[in-house]
Amino acid sequence: MLLSIVLSGVAIGCVYALIGIAYNVMFSASRVFSFTAGTLGMAGGILGALFILKLGLPVWAGFLLALAGGAILGVVTEILAVRPVLKSLDQHLYVLSTLALALIVQQFAAIEWGTDAQPFPRLLNIERNSFDQQFWLPMVACAVTIVGLEVLYRRTLLGHAFRAIAEDNYAARALGLPERNLRMASYAIAGVIGALSGFAGGQMLLAFFDNATLLTFYGFVPVALGGMGNNRGAVVAGLVLGLFQQAANFLVGGVFSSVAVFAAFILVLLARPEGLAGVALGRRV
Amino acid sequence: MDMFTSGARPARASFWSSPAITAALPWLVLAAIAVALPLYGSGYWGVIATRACVYWVLVAGLNLLVGFAGQLAIGWVALLTLGAYITAVLSAANVLPEVHPYLALAIAAIAGALFGVIVGLPALRLRTFYFAITTLGFATIVRQIALAWASVTGGGVGVPGPVFPPPFDSQWGFYYLCLGFAAICTWMTVNIANSRFGRALTAIRDAEVAAEASGIAKPRLLILVFLFSGATAAIAGGLFASLQSYITPDAFTTELSVLFFIGVLIGGRGSIIGPLLGTILLTVLPEFAAPLVAWSTFLYAVLLLVIVLVIPGGIAELLDFKNRKPLETHRALVPRPELLKRLLAQDDDPGTLTLEQVELHFGGVRAIDGLDLTILPGQVHGLIGPNGSGKTTTLNVISGYYNPQRGRAVLKDAVLTQLSHHRRAQLRIARTFQTPRIVGEASVIENVMIGGTIDGTGSFFESLFALPRHWQDEKKLHETAMLALSAVGLESLAGVRADRLQHSELRFVEIARALMLRPAFVLLDEPAAGLSVEEIRRLGALVVEMAKNGTGVLLVEHHADLIFDICDHVTVLNLGKKLAAGTPAEIRSHREVVSAYLGG
Repeated sequence: MLLSIVLSGVAIGCVYALIGIAYNVMFSASRVFSFTAGTLGMAGGILGALFILKLGLPVWAGFLLALAGGAILGVVTEILAVRPVLKSLDQHLYVLSTLALALIVQQFAAIEWGTDAQPFPRLLNIERNSFDQQFWLPMVACAVTIVGLEVLYRRTLLGHAFRAIAEDNYAARALGLPERNLRMASYAIAGVIGALSGFAGGQMLLAFFDNATLLTFYGFVPVALGGMGNNRGAVVAGLVLGLFQQAANFLVGGVFSSVAVFAAFILVLLARPEGLAGVALGRRV
Repeated sequence: MDMFTSGARPARASFWSSPAITAALPWLVLAAIAVALPLYGSGYWGVIATRACVYWVLVAGLNLLVGFAGQLAIGWVALLTLGAYITAVLSAANVLPEVHPYLALAIAAIAGALFGVIVGLPALRLRTFYFAITTLGFATIVRQIALAWASVTGGGVGVPGPVFPPPFDSQWGFYYLCLGFAAICTWMTVNIANSRFGRALTAIRDAEVAAEASGIAKPRLLILVFLFSGATAAIAGGLFASLQSYITPDAFTTELSVLFFIGVLIGGRGSIIGPLLGTILLTVLPEFAAPLVAWSTFLYAVLLLVIVLVIPGGIAELLDFKNRKPLETHRALVPRPELLKRLLAQDDDPGTLTLEQVELHFGGVRAIDGLDLTILPGQVHGLIGPNGSGKTTTLNVISGYYNPQRGRAVLKDAVLTQLSHHRRAQLRIARTFQTPRIVGEASVIENVMIGGTIDGTGSFFESLFALPRHWQDEKKLHETAMLALSAVGLESLAGVRADRLQHSELRFVEIARALMLRPAFVLLDEPAAGLSVEEIRRLGALVVEMAKNGTGVLLVEHHADLIFDICDHVTVLNLGKKLAAGTPAEIRSHREVVSAYLGG
């Protein structure tokens, strides 16, 4: 019992952490949180089911196409909902534009894919046991993403450019970095990570349009608690969230676990608005 | 005969183009269409119109929160759900003894007001996106509880909605009931919008630091708005339950919440008629094309994206004909300092504003390093120094945006550094900002009236119901603001939207706003930046006149000429420390100052 709580907690926590990382990657590139983060997760699940189950493509092709779909969605987000409102960050128009785009995509999915949750394919024919695909796939996806991002950010020139943009946008542009292209690349990466999370969590969450709302919320919890832009914080907070949620699910049951998670989230945020690992912001005048 | 007609025509034209009539016209047209609807509309349209009224009862309150205060509450459907279930469950008598529908509605309103504060509370601590997400979370949670708590809410099966007693039990009767609620909500929000509270809300939205400097207590004001928006949303919920005749959790989707939110934004921020038209539009739109019903939320979202990207001002901006007229291009700012006497008359001794050994560091950087400063009433005190020497930081310590690690600021017996921003405004300390902090969508005079917010005597509820003290406050604030605008030379632009003004004019709007506090001390942060030589001279005369009327002026400035012309005393800062202090003549000949800062 304990094992299954831990396994499912860690697995769903990995999905949340990945969405959190998608939020962070977009935030680092543009200082903007995007409501489309959860939509990317939804798209990963639905595209995976569409390509592999409905269209019968091989698993690897379906996987790559789902990620490509996420990347396209990421770039579209940047072009349509982020770039036009970057000039007036202080008016918070990005909240509205990204919300609008997230709804457009989600509603499109609801109409074209249907409002019922549909099954997600099994990828490998290993025998079912406690270490099922729904558990190992998110963990592998999360680990690969973390290692991949670390290598990208620390070891490659492109990664250094990303960090420069995140650190000081003006200085980076003054150095001649192609800020706009880097931002689009960041959104594409965020799209891939978001789609990966939905694909990896597909067996747990199914291919369901309303996952967008769910993931937008639960994926933001790790960001808020881990500190914005802080990927390590997001992973830790994501795992804690997953475990807490599954434990509460087991101990007090569905609704009350949601209430418990939400109440805990609000209380922690009210006590520390900058997150458990974050730092308070500086000057206003 | 000729004479008669030619005399009558201009009179009629002026009647139709008088501002009061143009403002009231859309309301009268809407009211006429709504009241007469049963005469020409089918029952089907009656249902749609009823729904529009119910939605508007919620959106009217939400508009104060989203459109005026700028709090992005996207999950306000949580309160509709709460109100609907409370009204329905209480009047269905499946758990508790039966309650009369009106009483049930009143109980729902009270519960909604309280829950509105709970949902809204995070807004006082969290930034925009965080708050938006938490309201979304509340909406999801409330719906899940409604689904799970089957013994009370009927779970997925639902509960019947309340039926209001005659004459409101028929379709058109119920329509008029909802229309009545909608009209009352409109009236109340218009009252708030045109009160010091409504202006304070827009200041919190667009110029938060200026709001604080004007003495507006954000938490208090927002909680009042949460109470109001929560109550109206819950009442809308009760009416919604009756309209649906049977409610299940499925009726309270995120899509519905988004509809309310988008209704406000399509309408335009800081407007009442805009969001009203927006709500009607969103309610009616899907009815024109049946195949579009499934796509309605999709279309709302597209509409929202288009509005945000193309016309951020929404419907209200399209309707704002008054501000399309071009302004005069060569406008001269001619202040009338002699009017300051009527604004600034000090009745008691303002005391002395002193900083004692103030020390403030950010990490390892010492922004202010043991500063002593004394600002006397009736004097102009110049604060100069190179960039980064701690001038603005000093103002921010006095205004309360920074708390020094050591030392304190004192005015009379009050230790400023222990007081919140808005308490400092009550001690009559006003200020302006390096970059003008203005509510661009509000008119110039409204911006200036924000400065006098703390001098109102009527409460929020008196303004809500437009009681006598509300009118007294408005009249007095308007008169004082016109006087302040005349003093700085901007009275001819009083009715113009502030974002149409030139930068130099905005500096004078800020000064007028500061004057509204009848300041004992005024802190001016680079008021001459961006002004022409002639404007700087006029600014100087204005500042001197302020001091003559007893106000102590602390002037941060880079224009050395202005400083030496008008200051009684000058303090030179360098790296957070006092480099020199004295009369302008002493400073001008001070060797270190000349080499470090003035040059030559």
